[in-house]
Amino acid sequence: MPEVLRSIFSVDFVYSALRLTTPVLFAALGSLVADRAGVTNIGLEGIMLFSALTGVLGSAYSGSLFVGMLCGLVTGLFIALIMAYFSLQMKADIILTGVAMNLVATGGTVFILYSICGDKSVSTSLSSLVFPTIEIPLIRDIPVLGDILSGHNLLTYLSLVAVVVVWFFLEKSKPGLRIRSVGENAHAAESVGIHVRRVRYGALLLSGALASFGGMFLSMGMLTYFSKNMTAGRGYIALAAQALGNGSAIGTFFASLVFGCAEALSVSLQGVGLPPQFVQMVPYVATILGLVLYAALRKNTKKRVRKHKRRKRGSP
Amino acid sequence: MSDYILSMEHITKVYPNGFVANRDVSLSVEKGEIHALSGENGAGKSTLMKVLFGEEQPEEGKIFFEGREIHPENSISAIKMGIGMVHQHFMLVPSLTVAENIVLGMEPGRFGYFNKREAFRRASEIIEKYRFSIDPRERVENLPVGDKQKVEILKALYRGAKLLILDEPTAVLTPQETEELFVQMNLLKAQGHTLIFISHKLREIKQICEHITVLRGGRTVGTARVADVTEQEISRMMVGRDVMLEIEKPPAHPGKTVLQVRDLPLSDRPDAPTISFDIREGEILGVAGVEGNGQSELAMSIAGLLPYKTGSIRLKGKELRGLSVRKIRALGLSHISEDRMSYGCAADANIEENLFSTTIYQKKYSRFGLLRGKLLDRRTDELIREYRIKCSEKKEPVRMLSGGNIQKVVVAREFSGNTPMILANQPTRGIDVGATEFIRNKLVDLRTNGAAVLLISADLNEVLEVSDSLLVLSSGGVSAYFADAAQVEEDTLGEYMLGLRQMTAQEIGGAVHEASD
Amino acid sequence: MKHRTKDRPLPTNRQIETRFTLIRTLVAVGIALAGCLILILVVSEEPWDAFVAFLIGPLESGKNIATVFETAAPLVYSGLAVSVMFSCNQFNMAGEGALYIGGLVASAVAVKLSLPIVVHPILALLLGGVAGAVVCAVPGILKIKLGATEIVSSLMLNYIVLYLGVYILNYFLIDPAAGFPATERLPESAQLPTLIPRTHFHVGTILAFVLCAVVYLYLYKSKQGYAIRMVGQNEKFARYSGIGVGGTILSAQLAGGFLAGMGGASEVLGSYTRFQWVALPGYGFDGVIVATLAGNNPLLVPLGALFLGYLRVGADIMSRRSDVATEVLSIVQGTIILLVASKLFLQHIKHKYIVSVAEKRESLAAAAPEAAPEGGEANA
Repeated sequence: MPEVLRSIFSVDFVYSALRLTTPVLFAALGSLVADRAGVTNIGLEGIMLFSALTGVLGSAYSGSLFVGMLCGLVTGLFIALIMAYFSLQMKADIILTGVAMNLVATGGTVFILYSICGDKSVSTSLSSLVFPTIEIPLIRDIPVLGDILSGHNLLTYLSLVAVVVVWFFLEKSKPGLRIRSVGENAHAAESVGIHVRRVRYGALLLSGALASFGGMFLSMGMLTYFSKNMTAGRGYIALAAQALGNGSAIGTFFASLVFGCAEALSVSLQGVGLPPQFVQMVPYVATILGLVLYAALRKNTKKRVRKHKRRKRGSP
Repeated sequence: MSDYILSMEHITKVYPNGFVANRDVSLSVEKGEIHALSGENGAGKSTLMKVLFGEEQPEEGKIFFEGREIHPENSISAIKMGIGMVHQHFMLVPSLTVAENIVLGMEPGRFGYFNKREAFRRASEIIEKYRFSIDPRERVENLPVGDKQKVEILKALYRGAKLLILDEPTAVLTPQETEELFVQMNLLKAQGHTLIFISHKLREIKQICEHITVLRGGRTVGTARVADVTEQEISRMMVGRDVMLEIEKPPAHPGKTVLQVRDLPLSDRPDAPTISFDIREGEILGVAGVEGNGQSELAMSIAGLLPYKTGSIRLKGKELRGLSVRKIRALGLSHISEDRMSYGCAADANIEENLFSTTIYQKKYSRFGLLRGKLLDRRTDELIREYRIKCSEKKEPVRMLSGGNIQKVVVAREFSGNTPMILANQPTRGIDVGATEFIRNKLVDLRTNGAAVLLISADLNEVLEVSDSLLVLSSGGVSAYFADAAQVEEDTLGEYMLGLRQMTAQEIGGAVHEASD
Repeated sequence: MKHRTKDRPLPTNRQIETRFTLIRTLVAVGIALAGCLILILVVSEEPWDAFVAFLIGPLESGKNIATVFETAAPLVYSGLAVSVMFSCNQFNMAGEGALYIGGLVASAVAVKLSLPIVVHPILALLLGGVAGAVVCAVPGILKIKLGATEIVSSLMLNYIVLYLGVYILNYFLIDPAAGFPATERLPESAQLPTLIPRTHFHVGTILAFVLCAVVYLYLYKSKQGYAIRMVGQNEKFARYSGIGVGGTILSAQLAGGFLAGMGGASEVLGSYTRFQWVALPGYGFDGVIVATLAGNNPLLVPLGALFLGYLRVGADIMSRRSDVATEVLSIVQGTIILLVASKLFLQHIKHKYIVSVAEKRESLAAAAPEAAPEGGEANA
């Protein structure tokens, strides 16, 4: 076991935790934006998967990373738009809408992959472009910290920037204010002339855009090709991370980091003699534990708040 | 005409289910006055104001505002015209600050940036202008109710409201908060605003209003200068019987005590007033009063849906605290909930399914774990016939029925179990006259056959005609007990309901027939 | 109480809704297939052949038809499981994991115990069901006790169950001689006998369809089923009526899990010679499609499952005969779910129809007041 401990407290571990946080973080931020507008976006998994594929395809065929990124982004927006149309306009259950999108994504990506590459599992026959890794000049030279913080993929840095941007957007901008008001009390928002449906459309689209970067990181950063079902439930984990993040971008970041660490742990536990299945299980077990813990805590606070309120109301 | 800022003329509003909420109602409000709009629950005040605020479209009638005819299509267009509404249920976003709530929808700032500082400045400005005392930086969820209401008023003012509608604003306030609100209202009046004050609290109307318009049963009873009429006269205008339904009611012969309630608090405040009473076999005890004085808490506690910490409720001698709903019902309680669509029925389920939700577990309805479909079908046919439920078939989803027929399904379920105790909370609210008469007669039949009935109702006709004895609730708790409801004058009842009169504890103690053990 | 005009009875609102639901589902299927055709046109060199293979292929031979039934069987199980859980308004997705673990446990019973025929598969099926019930109960318990959303917890649970299963397979049940991760050959005594030679149409396939009737009785004719549906439709109403809400939710999850688990067991014992699943088979999610198509009605589940099975077999034949991949199917399935779930899809047509019938009813009533049908006004 000391070997495991050593590997956990190593620079590599923290580096890879940050790296593995990236896809979950993007999707969790997407989930956050949708959730603050009062929409549960179960379809993140499907959006990530689709964008992972179209990003690869776009970059491989155009030879331009930017075009690839655009393809992935537009895909994310498009799927989010479909979801918004069916759930907001046609009044389909949002959960079923998400489940449907995820089903389409699992098969649809393989269908497209096969139609284009003739391969049903990986896109290695295409030479996809990859988002570059970036060495940060000054930080690179700081001993331990440099090794942890520098040399990450562009998208990893972008995800960190996205935390700040989403925070700023939700807390400091007019649309953010409206999103929050719609999510919290749609009637109140409506009574002052805010178009609730329009706000939710916007939130879902933004959510799709963020998740699409999470997908592209998987196929154009972490790996260099698309592989079937490569999201492996990260879209769902993101939902849990967002719930644990308690509605704030910063909280969502830390919750995602926990799952990143769980995944990194799962990676570094490989080859220490544990059955690999238990190692693979770690992120999912962590998610359930997180959900349970969060639900239990919230139940407690609610009770306490209620008691507190009663006391408050009682005193004249 | 010119000194009227608002005149609504001959407004008629019929809801899609055929309920006529306003019939030829007129209301004229002078510029710069506080005008009281008053009447019992269901008199049509809210509907009239919804029409004015654009939330409902009238079938007939005209609205003139500042001399021009207007047709408010929705609340937003009403706001633009300068009409503001302070809803009884606040339209606020709890986690946002006071200032954010005030400016929401019209936020300051450029390029999508929300300029919080400017929002605070504007909020402070308007708070100062109208001399409210409230911190614009506080989150709304942390505010006491009175302050939340101020935020609602400020929201309307920020949007340039010249006419403010306050929908029963004092219903949720403590006396001190009420006083504060009145100071504020007078300030607004002094600054040229016009206010419509919906209330049935006579003292308050006397205190701050110039004119009063009273509605009853969807019609205008009249408008008067408040200074010219006494509280008793207003009370008489509001509380009156219009339609006399034919209720055949033989005299009551009360038997043994069925339900015993002792010192049950009427709200969850520590200083809440309590209630004690007994109901005996063959007796209907009515609970009259303006809504929100603890009627819901009383009903939910007896029904086992709201736990109570102090006091006691005994059904046939058995304490109900901690018992499940199933056990309480098995002891012999039937319960008609005031909230028909949330509690009373499953709207998508069919009539038959709705008729057996409380009895399905009984042995006679199933064999080897399977339900006896034929028996259930037969019972359903019987009940549909007996309760005259208008439907096209017994497997019709309940949501397809009219309100009155949905209530008949509820009543058929609750009345057919031969239960010794019936709790009927607003049993005829919002339903047609035919169904109302039917249900009232059923209640009387059941009590004549020995059931104990607790009838909670905001409808005065109902409590007066159906009850044998009567408890009256006002905002301060139980204000009166009448051993014989038939002897009660409407005027007297109105005065007790509105808190103008109060019986002594000893008189109210008449509701308790047995010394508790 | 029923007065009907003699010659042409007007449909009741409920009949209109039922008919309309059918029409809506058919239109949704039509649109999805049309979309599929367009996709095939885009990607295929010989689109027409592909499409014909897709639609006609499954019906070409008796064997293919048998294959449709066989393919539909696990979908029936999982469709039933999802129907029961959704009827209680619980979006529990753990049917996937339950089905997997059911297959695993059943094959463990098959290879580790030696029992006489008949007894052996029955025990395997039952224990598989129990294992599935345990899996589906977990999100239910988390929801009842802590209020944790069942959706995310059940989706995560699926992965945990999968890895746990693969671990058990690799460490306790593996047959090194097989050459890949799989159990020993399932003994004859435990297998569900094949009924049509050269297909996998086996006893479990029949059992699936029989179960539909059983689950229908459970959900619509039993006390507990009634409670499940009432809790699903209006939890407050259930509580007010004295129905134990927590217990009912849990029993729905247990029943759903049992069905899914048994489905996994039946699939493995009837169609496989060894247990060899190292990935989630996906039937659990297919159950959502079937349940959506069937409107959570167990009697309609076979139709939904057979339709899906037909599409599966068709897609399979198409991929063998042409250059179109089977996965085009998932797009068809997704489209169907989206359209069927859309409350407003074709709503205006239905509304118009209801209004016109109501008007007719009224004019009839005006003509002959005493013979008027006692139709309550529709509260649209």
